[in-house]
Amino acid sequence: MTMLSYEFMRTAFTAGAIVALVAGPVGYFLVLRNLTFAGHALSHVGFAGATGAGLVGIKPLWGLLGMTLVSGAGIGVLGERVSGRDVAVGIVLVVALGLGTLFLHFYSGYAGATQALLFGNILGIERSAVLPLALLGAACLAVLALMSRPLLFVSLEPELAEAKGVSPRVVGVLFLLLVAVAVAEATQVVGILLVFALLVGPAAAAERVSVSVGVGIALSALLALAVTWGGIVAAYYTDWPASFWISALSGSVYALSHVVAMCI
Amino acid sequence: MEEQLLAAAHAPPTDPVAPAVELERLTLAPRGRVVLDAVSARLDEGEFIGVFGPNGAGKTTLLRAVLGLQPARAGTIRVFARAPRRGNAAIGYMPQTRTLNLDVHLRARDVVAVALHGGRWGWPRLSRADRDEVRWALATVEAEAFAERTLAELSGGERQRLLLAQALLQRPRLLLLDEPLSGLDIRYQNRVASLVRRVQSLLGATVLFTAHELNALLGVMDRALYLGGGRLALGTVDEVVRPEVLSPLFQTPVDVVRHRGRVFVMPVDGGNACEGCGGPWA
Repeated sequence: MTMLSYEFMRTAFTAGAIVALVAGPVGYFLVLRNLTFAGHALSHVGFAGATGAGLVGIKPLWGLLGMTLVSGAGIGVLGERVSGRDVAVGIVLVVALGLGTLFLHFYSGYAGATQALLFGNILGIERSAVLPLALLGAACLAVLALMSRPLLFVSLEPELAEAKGVSPRVVGVLFLLLVAVAVAEATQVVGILLVFALLVGPAAAAERVSVSVGVGIALSALLALAVTWGGIVAAYYTDWPASFWISALSGSVYALSHVVAMCI
Repeated sequence: MEEQLLAAAHAPPTDPVAPAVELERLTLAPRGRVVLDAVSARLDEGEFIGVFGPNGAGKTTLLRAVLGLQPARAGTIRVFARAPRRGNAAIGYMPQTRTLNLDVHLRARDVVAVALHGGRWGWPRLSRADRDEVRWALATVEAEAFAERTLAELSGGERQRLLLAQALLQRPRLLLLDEPLSGLDIRYQNRVASLVRRVQSLLGATVLFTAHELNALLGVMDRALYLGGGRLALGTVDEVVRPEVLSPLFQTPVDVVRHRGRVFVMPVDGGNACEGCGGPWA
């Protein structure tokens, strides 16, 4: 038996590829905009959405997505105005995490799935979850491609962009909605607490060793894919959690990028 | 003969003193604080204007008003005889460098190109004409030598020149340069100032150049615009840089000292004229 003869492995590879190809490019802009903390916060906020979804009887992914979308827009609107962006982000995060705890308290039946929600369970993804992931991911990438030019402008030079008639706030909010989708997707693989592993590790490494946007985005997607598939394979052979391997590989890729950057 | 007639027909209006920017009893109050109070001034096309004044005097606010980003509370502002509007292609703008994300690992050339049609939707692809325009702008500010290096590797002065190159894209008629000399040593300040002067005569553009220090612009500017205490004073250096003109603006009695072709503005009692900021506000 090879590992690909198992349906759960094939599903894991497919779902992992979709998520990686979304997380890589979105993560690249997240790094460029110095907004990685917002990405982190969104995933925590998603926790409230996912547990809340259990209360009202819908799938955790949709609860999570709804919550990340709403708070992504919130962070975007607040963030442009308050100078201490970290404070605004941090407060949204804490309120949402608290809510998540409350929802868990009311819906104890969901507690068993908490582990998967927090740390991910890529090998347990259902076949039926692949199509929604693919559609969401495709929509996210399409919008990202469409807005990449103003996004780049606003990310590098917000004041000049504003003077040229591009609204940093509109572009910023739109981008955070994409981050919300990418975060929701990434939690399906690595869980809420390890979203950084897919969204930021490969992207930060790619940004470090590349000098152009196109190469950076492609490399970021490629590294995210390598980390995800590598993690799944390693989990198959070691029987250790895939999430451990993915975060370990992500950390290694990031560390390696510093070595490479020093050499070139 | 016929060619001459055609050229004459296409020549711009011959009025040599068409205004680039006109302020008429203009009041600007960013975040509710009045920084300019019913001021009037007329900046002519083709002029190089140095804009000075203490921190918070409204230098950046005035530039933002010209860009259409800061609405007037009262009075009017006209840019090329029209109301200011965002995204005016006739204006090149260089914001202060400190807002630039300096850690980005992107080629200098690409960073400059980001501003070209930066508001269009889609992937940031450049046409051949776009690439030529970027090349021209980089050559004009003598930045070709480091155009392939990343932003993180460049010195402060090199970054200033990149931002200037960006402001030149699409050959604007009006250049708004916000503190292009901040953080540069004296020799580099003079170099950037004369570079801007050369670029200005090349484009025939009007320049508004904000600075803390008068001396770097002494040889290059046509007139000085001092802001302070809600008011302004506009004229040649000899007309404006005088105690009786500047003291009301600085809201403290100031002396003007000339030494070996340099001019220093300092408080009458006690303070020092400090090198690099040259005023009583430091």
